[in-house]
Amino acid sequence: MTEIELPLWASVPATLLLIFGGLLTVIGSLGLLRLPDFYSRMHPPTMGTTLGAGCVLIASMIVSSALMHRPVVHELLITLFVVMTAPVTAMLLIRAAIHRGRLRNRK
Amino acid sequence: MNTVFNYAVTFASLCFVLAMIFALIRLFRGPAAQDRVLALDTLYINGMLTLLMLGIRSTSTVFFDMALLIALFGFASSIALAKFLLRGEVIEP
Repeated sequence: MTEIELPLWASVPATLLLIFGGLLTVIGSLGLLRLPDFYSRMHPPTMGTTLGAGCVLIASMIVSSALMHRPVVHELLITLFVVMTAPVTAMLLIRAAIHRGRLRNRK
Repeated sequence: MNTVFNYAVTFASLCFVLAMIFALIRLFRGPAAQDRVLALDTLYINGMLTLLMLGIRSTSTVFFDMALLIALFGFASSIALAKFLLRGEVIEP
């Protein structure tokens, strides 16, 4: 692992955001593994995808801004994309689950 | 403080790999097809975050483009699979 030299104003919030995002993501995936049925399994991964990914992307933005000595906002692209596309996927999956549940009840 | 930051990067990478393992177990064990699609979507997002961690660790900008591509492909594949589960075909005539 390469040693990164960061100033203090960048390393403290980046460290806190990385720890917070990692914990949130692992709790979300644990909920995906442990919860009993599909509709309750639907909601924990969204916590990981929105808040965890947001924390990690802000930390990445802070670190690359501190390394390049200028503001770097590339990561906003990924944040915008993830935030825009996660509800679409969730809505389509819920509709598919309701549809398939109805089909199974009819038989 | 930099050693603490390096430990935090390692900790976050381990967390994301653990989350990927959880999603993979759900992908293999999931009782219905929509569970598997949801687990695949989560797996894509966690892989993207792992790549971003590699990008922070190696201070190169290549990983950023790879993460953006993975997010795009994950969205496209999840939408296609959910549409298939809903309708029976992906692109309707």
